[in-house]
Amino acid sequence: MLAFISRRIGYSLLILLGVTFITYLLLFMLPADPARQIAGRSATPEVVAGIRMQLGLDLPFYQQYANYLGNLVQGDLGRSYIQRSPVTELIGARLRPSLELMAAGIGFELLIGISLGVIAALRRDSWADKALMALSFIGVSAPQFIAAMLFLYFFAVQLDWFPMGGYGGFEHLLLPALTLGILGSGWYSRMVRSSMIEVLHQDFIRTARAKGLSRVRVVLRHVLPNAIVPVIPMIGIDIGIFMGGLVVVESVFGWPGIGQLTWQAIQQVDIPVIVGVTTVSAVAIVLGNLVADLVIPWVDPRIDIKKH
Amino acid sequence: MNRKALSLAIAATLFAGNLLADDFDPNAKDGGAAVITYQNDVATLDPAIGYDWQNWSMIKSLFDGLMDYKPGTTELTKNLASDYSISEDGTVYTFTLKKGVKFHNGRELKASDVKYSLERTVNPKTQSPGAGFFSSIVGYEDMAASKAEQLAGIEVVDDYTVRITLKSANATFLQVMAINFSFVVPKEEVEKWGADFGKHPVGTGAYSLAEWKLGQQILFKKNPDYFKAGLPHLDSIAFEVGQDPMVALLRLQKGEVDIAGDGVPPAKFLEFKNDPKFKSLVVTGDQLQTGYLTLKTTLPPFDNLKVRQAVNMAISKDRIVRIINGRAVPANQPLPPAMPGYDKDYKGYAYDVEGAKKLLAEAGFDKGFDTEMYVMNTDPQPRIAQAIQQDLAKVGVRVKIKSLAQANVIAAGGSKDQAPMVWSGGMAWIADFPDPSNFYGPILGCDSAVDGGWNWALYCNKSLDALAAKADSMAKPEQQAERTALWKKIFIDVMADAPWVPIFNEQRFTVRSSRMGGSDALYVDPVHIPVNYNYIYLK
Repeated sequence: MLAFISRRIGYSLLILLGVTFITYLLLFMLPADPARQIAGRSATPEVVAGIRMQLGLDLPFYQQYANYLGNLVQGDLGRSYIQRSPVTELIGARLRPSLELMAAGIGFELLIGISLGVIAALRRDSWADKALMALSFIGVSAPQFIAAMLFLYFFAVQLDWFPMGGYGGFEHLLLPALTLGILGSGWYSRMVRSSMIEVLHQDFIRTARAKGLSRVRVVLRHVLPNAIVPVIPMIGIDIGIFMGGLVVVESVFGWPGIGQLTWQAIQQVDIPVIVGVTTVSAVAIVLGNLVADLVIPWVDPRIDIKKH
Repeated sequence: MNRKALSLAIAATLFAGNLLADDFDPNAKDGGAAVITYQNDVATLDPAIGYDWQNWSMIKSLFDGLMDYKPGTTELTKNLASDYSISEDGTVYTFTLKKGVKFHNGRELKASDVKYSLERTVNPKTQSPGAGFFSSIVGYEDMAASKAEQLAGIEVVDDYTVRITLKSANATFLQVMAINFSFVVPKEEVEKWGADFGKHPVGTGAYSLAEWKLGQQILFKKNPDYFKAGLPHLDSIAFEVGQDPMVALLRLQKGEVDIAGDGVPPAKFLEFKNDPKFKSLVVTGDQLQTGYLTLKTTLPPFDNLKVRQAVNMAISKDRIVRIINGRAVPANQPLPPAMPGYDKDYKGYAYDVEGAKKLLAEAGFDKGFDTEMYVMNTDPQPRIAQAIQQDLAKVGVRVKIKSLAQANVIAAGGSKDQAPMVWSGGMAWIADFPDPSNFYGPILGCDSAVDGGWNWALYCNKSLDALAAKADSMAKPEQQAERTALWKKIFIDVMADAPWVPIFNEQRFTVRSSRMGGSDALYVDPVHIPVNYNYIYLK
């Protein structure tokens, strides 16, 4: 177990190193000059050169990257070029809202996805099955920006059920989380449906029914725990996709999370923030996958991680 | 003698009494809280660093400079300075400070704070985008090169007197003393917060910062000890950030928001402006901005005056204004109409396709020619470039559009052998202060016709440069009318050389809720951009 975890952590660190390297390289090659951006339009070339030197931007790429890594190890992500505050502070202030939205969003994804998947599998080939699967298809292919705007307009403006964006209590959280949940649930409902159908055809289910267990008990006790296993690593993978959704949904709903920060930083070419957010997101994805891998044997004891 | 003293005393009392009310708007009411939204985070509230249209006016409400402008106008007034005098040769400015002006931390503002604040902006360690504005002060070069710790030209005479010596007479210096980068900060607070002073601003302004929730909200609270009695009117202002402009407008409709800081998104503009429900909520104002097409005067065929004039005649500015939904007015000269020195009588080059063809034929281009136009790649700039392209095609000029990121267009614009034409949209030029000189030196003067500069036409007219220098040395108040007339002549003479095609002057649109009071001019203030928070009030 310990060997497995330490090996996985080793891989994770390598992945993170790769991610920071690629992001840093891409932004280094970007034809934007941060020193000129900071210096403003009235600056003389000497002033620009002075700022470039202070920021260490006149150093060759490998040296800049090494400095960045050195600071990163000490938990320093640098200072934003636009806001001039430490990137860790900017991300730190937005971490909690993002985690809240993420937990609620993934919760809704699972709740909606699994229930729809179960219903579709039990009513296989009925009109309900076809309608639900068509719906899930629409959900995963709908452009998030448009869908979020429509939800906001319909539920918050027309029906006045929810506040119009912003951060606050549960009522603020509900609409963006539902948007994320409905849009992302399609993956899960399709996966649960197919794996349910597979399990339903197995011998032990027929045995359970034959020995007189109720249909509900069979589904909850015997089918679902077996059908759910592939969903767990899926959550780990989903965190990455979910980050992309956060950028859009947070911007539309005015949710003060990491996604909104990312969107602003990209528009303003605020390189330290972009690199910082990418690094933090990569950590989240790697952690999510690690946790998913560790949870699987707990749900399904037949899987033995020592063999992997 | 006694009588004189008495009348002086009475006058002083009357004057002081007058100060208790807002002498700008007698109907103003005090109290209440306003909600203002913005999409992006507020970058910084450090007056030496903040340089965008979002924090520009916020900083003006937290800090003060020696000079300011009458609300809603471009007219210069005294602010922290109770008086000033200019030496005979126009190089020495002596400012007397008002007494009893207190920072938000309770300490009184002294002349040494003025010196410290100006030096802080010039100090290269501060990385201020505004350092260059102070290059006229003696000792600037030494400090900018980190050779000196102080500006030799600033002298603290006593606690309430500061004397600033310039290298030569400079008529724009009082404007520079009203720009955010000159605003006075307390040394002890700057040293306490270091690089984070922009998140913990302490000034003398009408409001103080009560709370800053990163990424969510900034709360301004009324400064009860503000030195201008009767101001500000609002008890507090909440700036909510991270709000999509469309959502902000919907919330304004519901009465949750008082000012939508980002205005109306272009796509929604016509619908919003023509809707009777909103018409009364939109305030339209002038901006000190001109959008123009530069013609590189050193690069053939634009080295030929007739070609440049022909291009000026070939472009339909009305059509371009329609393309951006009427968010601007057509221009015919470099200066915008709101700027002193604008010539109302000048007609410019009229739209005349046949005349343009004739001029091109005279210049030897009856078959037209091929050229390139550089443009920034964000909407609506490429669409504007296409309209220009179509117009020029009608006179036989075949234009290839190069749509690039801002930094690349700026770099190409300054280089000698690239970018024969540049459309300035999204980059240039908005005045830093309401003085015509700001529209000449940086974008039309010989000194800026260099690699990395902003004079993308590489236009250099030595005799006009000499006239500009003469105008800028007219620092005395009684010379101002003559100076403005001189500037007027300079810009019309520039148009005779036709280095640019002035296309339009953008207008500003602020949307405010029906409960907001105060003159419309406050909501499109030409200097306190976008809104003058110190004077607005709730009805």
